[in-house]
Amino acid sequence: MDDHSAPAIRAEAIESLLIEKGLISAAEIDEVVERYNDRIGPLNGARVVALAWRDPEFKRALLEDGTAAIARFAFEGGQTEKLVVVENTDRVHNVVVCTLCSCYPWSVLGLPPRWYKDPAYRSRIVREPRRVLREFGLELGDEVEIRVWDSSAEVRYMVLPQQPAGAARDSEAELSARVTRDSMIGVEVLR
Amino acid sequence: MSAEFALDGAAAPPMQNGELVFEAPWQGRAFGMARGMAERGLYAWDDFRDRLIAEIGAFGRNAEAIVRRGGVAPEFRYYDHFLRALETLLVERAVIVRGELGARVQTFEERPHGHDHAHGHERAHDHDHDHDD
Repeated sequence: MDDHSAPAIRAEAIESLLIEKGLISAAEIDEVVERYNDRIGPLNGARVVALAWRDPEFKRALLEDGTAAIARFAFEGGQTEKLVVVENTDRVHNVVVCTLCSCYPWSVLGLPPRWYKDPAYRSRIVREPRRVLREFGLELGDEVEIRVWDSSAEVRYMVLPQQPAGAARDSEAELSARVTRDSMIGVEVLR
Repeated sequence: MSAEFALDGAAAPPMQNGELVFEAPWQGRAFGMARGMAERGLYAWDDFRDRLIAEIGAFGRNAEAIVRRGGVAPEFRYYDHFLRALETLLVERAVIVRGELGARVQTFEERPHGHDHAHGHERAHDHDHDHDD
């Protein structure tokens, strides 16, 4: 077989064979693509973060058992892995990676950005996190401990960023609009 | 960027995170197949993940070796590895046979120019159609 054929053609060839064999339909593939393209994304995580900022009881539950705490949102995604939420404070900054591939908390953040899957990020964030974060534009003081969380088959991590100053009177919807994807991966701090 | 998915106008793929989730329609198809087959119970997602880790690991070792010899590391194309991991898993599980896949690839490659163009375009924008939900 020609291993150098264009991936677009190879993907199409695989799809046509799977459909012929009755293993999956084009409509089912469409549905998965549409779900991840249009419906599941960082807005889910932002709603979780906003609620945690507003509701101390929810925040406590979220940090204790992320999977159970987000059940009330009934997010789509079919993610069965355990969700662990790690909290940023004045003293501790958390950042998430998957050193082996691209594991990511899909149900709350959607599919990962390109750089998250990049070999450079995957290896360097573990070796020199402070420097990599600086390249993202995030300068952390020496007094801040950086914790790097390596996602796995079983556990997916999400960062609970610190609430930005001046947000105390915001509604929950306004708060969630302030939360960025990058802050929930841990490569950004909300100002 | 190929002409088959122009990024302007009403047919532009939806943006998320301020960037495209899939950079080409085939990447979405590959993801849809891999995930969809797992959701249908044809394999566990972790079985796919294991092949993906192996693919990405092999790329990394190869790239390191090239750099050690003074060469330039090849560009990392995530979905190329993703597709290859899917292919490997499907062949290992005898869901598809290498020979039939090769034959199908060849058939598609020999199509008159422009045939796959319209097809791929229509597929890529199926999400713009009406839904019942």
